[in-house]
Amino acid sequence: MIDKRTSIEKALERVRDGDRVMVGGFGVPGTPFTLINGLLGKGTRGLTLIKNEANEDGMGLSRLIEAGRARKLICSHLGLNATVIGMMNRNEIDVEFYPQGILAEKIRAGGAGLMGILTDIGLDTILENEKQCIEIEGQRALVEPALRADVAFIHAFMADDFGNLVYQKSARNFNPLMATAADTVIAEVEAIVDTGDLDPEHVHTPGAFVDHVVVMEEITSEYGVLEHHAL
Amino acid sequence: MWWSWKRSHPNTGYWNITPYKEKIAQRAAEEIAAGQVINLGIGIPTLIPKYLPDDKPVFIHSENGILGMGPRCRPGTEDRNLIDAGGNYVSLMKEASFFDSALSFALVRGGRLDLAFLGTLEVSESGDLANWIIPGKFSPGIGGGMELAQKSRRLIVTSTHTDRNGRPKILRECTLPLTAKGCVDTIITELAVIDVTPEGLVLREIAEGVDLDEVIRKTEAPLVVPQQDLPRF
Repeated sequence: MIDKRTSIEKALERVRDGDRVMVGGFGVPGTPFTLINGLLGKGTRGLTLIKNEANEDGMGLSRLIEAGRARKLICSHLGLNATVIGMMNRNEIDVEFYPQGILAEKIRAGGAGLMGILTDIGLDTILENEKQCIEIEGQRALVEPALRADVAFIHAFMADDFGNLVYQKSARNFNPLMATAADTVIAEVEAIVDTGDLDPEHVHTPGAFVDHVVVMEEITSEYGVLEHHAL
Repeated sequence: MWWSWKRSHPNTGYWNITPYKEKIAQRAAEEIAAGQVINLGIGIPTLIPKYLPDDKPVFIHSENGILGMGPRCRPGTEDRNLIDAGGNYVSLMKEASFFDSALSFALVRGGRLDLAFLGTLEVSESGDLANWIIPGKFSPGIGGGMELAQKSRRLIVTSTHTDRNGRPKILRECTLPLTAKGCVDTIITELAVIDVTPEGLVLREIAEGVDLDEVIRKTEAPLVVPQQDLPRF
């Protein structure tokens, strides 16, 4: 039986200085805090990070960026992170913004072995300025090249030893897309079951996409409810 | 997504100049038909659900992968894995479903989103929307706003009629970089309901106690004013 369970130290050996790293999550749900914190401890630098947002100040991806480990951030928005916006405005990090669904499609294309997508999103806006524009069936379209990464950090609720993954609720978001779009895919999981115990009908990411499964030792407070977002 | 404004710009006062935001939200709710799939931007749009009658089910889409969101959770009932795109802990309707970020925007771009409500910095006579960047001052990113604006089957702007300095937001031409061109169908402010039409901006309703002259004075773009008495809201 294939067993992809790996220690976090061993899994993170796959990340090298200068790598492009995709990181799942939208806000707290789905953010692989354990892997991010592990990478922070390891000291890897010169990274290009790809994530929907940078988490909030002092949390998750923001900690890597605040520690100066990232050269570039490719994301959709930074609305809840004044620290990273400040770093961007001071040119301490290069930030590339994409419309959220276009970012998702670029990653999906990368994972699907396609070279890019064509879209009318962003036509007649300043996004058009630096992009290739073509005409297809009489309509203008922007060319958005596919996105891939060296490594993807995924957070899933449950895995089996083979690496089949199941996500939970709004913690799915970018995770299943990024799990297809990197050369090395590391999934941290809250729970592990024996291969055969997951219903194949309910697997969100097939194990073939996953290289390493890191079983989390604990659900730290970062994964919990943020009081400032509660009523 | 426009959850960003308040937190990244806590001192702009933008959020303190909307004493009429409940009125705008209440009027905006009347534009929703039963059974519609809708998306609510941050700010005033998030107030809309409380004005929806119980006998009018609508399906609220959240960019982070939910269709069929219910109200925000009561304290103590939050689920750490269940937030809306603004980070708020939410409940679910029984029709709810979860999906990934690509599918979430397939729903938007593919034409299954009936109606979106967004706030704005500026809106033009021809329905151009500018709400995502003030170069050099405010650049939190794009989020889902561009796709919602460009692809929602109907887009309603809910906004104060003027900015915090009293300057009109409804202009002949936007001065800020656009979110999307020609995307706005209706504008609802504390003063008026205005439709964007091929003939220009048509005044549809005026708020109770507001003079027509005030609406015209606070709107930079020309308004088409029908001859008959306008309904009040």
